[in-house]
Amino acid sequence: MKIIVCVKQVPASTQVRLNRETGTIIREGVASMLNPYDSYALEEALRLKETLGGEVTTISMGIPSVADLLKATLALGADRAILLTDRKFAGADTLATAYALAKGINRLGTFDLIICGKQAIDGDTAQVGPSLAEKLGVPHLTNVQQIKEIDGQRIQCLRLTDAGYETVELQLPALITVVKDINLPRLPSIAGLRRALSQPVTLWTAADVDADPNHIGLQGSPTQVTSTFVPEHQRQSERFEGDASQQASQLVERLSSLGLLGPREGGLSNDQH
Amino acid sequence: MISIRVDQNRCVACGQCVEACPFGQIQLEMDVATIGDRCTLCGSCISACPLEAIELEGAQPVANTMTDHRGILVWAELSGGQVKPVTFELLGEARRLAHQLGVPVAVALLGASTSSAASDCIKYGADLVYLVDDARLALYNDEIYAAVMEQIIRMYRPEILLMGATTYGRSLAPRLASRLNTGLTADCTQLAIDTEKRLLLQTRPAFGGNLMATITCPQRRPQMATVRPGVMKALPPDADRQGQVIVPPVEIPQTSKTRVLEVIQLQGDQVDLTAAEIVVAAGKGIGSAANMKLIAELAQLLGGVVGATRPVVDAGWISYSHQIGQTGKTVSPKLYIACGISGAVQHTAGMSGAETIVAINKDPDAPIHRIAHYSLIGDVIDIVQALIAELKKR
Ligand SMILES: Cc1cc2nc3c(=O)[nH]c(=O)nc-3n(C[C@H](O)[C@H](O)[C@H](O)COP(=O)(O)OP(=O)(O)OC[C@H]3O[C@@H](n4cnc5c(N)ncnc54)[C@H](O)[C@@H]3O)c2cc1C
Ligand SMILES: Nc1ncnc2c1ncn2[C@@H]1O[C@H](COP(=O)(O)O)[C@@H](O)[C@H]1O
Repeated sequence: MKIIVCVKQVPASTQVRLNRETGTIIREGVASMLNPYDSYALEEALRLKETLGGEVTTISMGIPSVADLLKATLALGADRAILLTDRKFAGADTLATAYALAKGINRLGTFDLIICGKQAIDGDTAQVGPSLAEKLGVPHLTNVQQIKEIDGQRIQCLRLTDAGYETVELQLPALITVVKDINLPRLPSIAGLRRALSQPVTLWTAADVDADPNHIGLQGSPTQVTSTFVPEHQRQSERFEGDASQQASQLVERLSSLGLLGPREGGLSNDQH
Repeated sequence: MISIRVDQNRCVACGQCVEACPFGQIQLEMDVATIGDRCTLCGSCISACPLEAIELEGAQPVANTMTDHRGILVWAELSGGQVKPVTFELLGEARRLAHQLGVPVAVALLGASTSSAASDCIKYGADLVYLVDDARLALYNDEIYAAVMEQIIRMYRPEILLMGATTYGRSLAPRLASRLNTGLTADCTQLAIDTEKRLLLQTRPAFGGNLMATITCPQRRPQMATVRPGVMKALPPDADRQGQVIVPPVEIPQTSKTRVLEVIQLQGDQVDLTAAEIVVAAGKGIGSAANMKLIAELAQLLGGVVGATRPVVDAGWISYSHQIGQTGKTVSPKLYIACGISGAVQHTAGMSGAETIVAINKDPDAPIHRIAHYSLIGDVIDIVQALIAELKKR
């Protein structure tokens, strides 16, 4: 089974700095980490490899220092790591990111399964996975909480929905995005770290993957950030006085006057005449 | 004038375009594809051709241009045959935007036996309903829905397409935007029109809610956005509103690589958190798994649903599907009661859109009080028990 895991580097802190000109986030000089959802994606891929055999490739589009992050995926057990890195990729929105990743994956050749995180915690868009599946012409499923069955032809997954769950089967090759609940990621072993030292991360430029300059980076991004602002969250909350039951009765009264509680039991509801 | 052309030297009559054409306008004649005169220039064949032998002449090289896209289209999401509230909220918002643009509001209604849903959409603000009613659309399926939506968009060319930022909406929208090579903004909480440039201004939170960004899509159409449920206001339904139901000539794929085998809708206290009007959420401060019962009882008395913070889920006190926050669900209920929750940004990212927030916490300086409207300071269990007693008196 050939499995590809898409991983993204995200800032470790939620403090953000912006490039005023392009409206894009300045990523340099901020401590970074592997997007947490992508660690679940990688873990799931490694487990599949352990039971089914095959190989796991990690791929990322990012600045050159993302190579360190990819090294860490090798230490965890990935067989190969690809970094798409080129100034021409900079400023990409989800469409341009998906296009670039698709080009990189095309160059890798055939695959059976691509696993992405549900979303990246910096942008929270959850768009790259489905967008990438479309570019590659394979089916996708988001919010996968469990892989129930998989063989060379198909994968059956439990997907978390708004109202519950569903079981969905996809023909391979396919792409899934995974939620946190799917597994508990492993920690790197000493042996893994040592092995990773000798394994190179493959660097590919836009030209290496034959990417059309019109479809990558800022140029290939239909969306533009026109302004950003810090939301006003600060609020002076109203506090109730007294012991637990005094506070409780004041709150119930207030909620009731705000119309947030249903009609009193035994009281008249609107449609009774 | 834009016209479509087949490069006879490149075409090998493989027939992919014949299959791809939603209007049955392509035929293979003498080893080359020919395009009939009822071609709508939708471009489906262009993306289907493996040899790049079909091109639009007089058009930009990128297939998606802004020419003659007009109107607002809303994707109507159904759940158990009923239109989801988020659709009505989107229709309310679409009406407001459409008024500024001077265009109609349409909805794309895909499903099985959905004719009553069509009249509901009209009551809530749709001028036009594109109704695709077919047994193959009974269950949501990314592939089939994307194929049908693509045809509707290519036929009617809306300038704006809105979808709910629900599980399905956030799966379908990026697939569709990628196919149409247009821009998509996820999980918007605010929309506006730049009337001068006729642009949709799409505002959304990023970085766990620490930053708001306004995003536009100046060059491609439709401008696509998913919008958080519970944020926009639905109009009061008007039974006298007039609208038109249109059955578009779409082709529904016969086969799909995606098969939905089973759908499990949770019942009772596990109903849809994202659509709930009242959420009572438990944090680590409730102390033990046993106290979840009290939280559930309070939720039940209020007619609400139980949510939780990540440590509560990690401790196994409740399942992950109840987790609210950056790595869980996003909720925007009318009332949110935070019980023993500190208010870390990763949690508040998923609930700060609630209309009224009540915080119950023994620490008067806990960050949750800074986003709460009402604060109750004291032992959460004592207060929850008092609330239960108070509500039972009513
Ligand atoms: C990448 C990442 C993603 C995350 N995603 C999420 C997410 O999606 N959702 C989420 O919730 N968290 C998430 N977290 C965790 C988040 O940072 C916080 O750790 C978490 O929200 C805290 O949960 P809590 O408020 O229940 O617990 P605590 O922070 O432990 O707070 C407990 C609160 O209860 C109060 N308390 C204690 N005892 C009592 C009592 N007897 N009576 C009254 N009050 C009492 C305390 O004063 C305290 O304020 C994430 C973290 C990271 C790093
Ligand atoms: N630059 C990138 N390189 C590799 N994978 C990415 C990149 N951006 C996003 N992804 C993948 O797509 C998922 C969703 O990201 P997003 O759409 O940005 O929320 C992530 O969890 C990753 O698996």
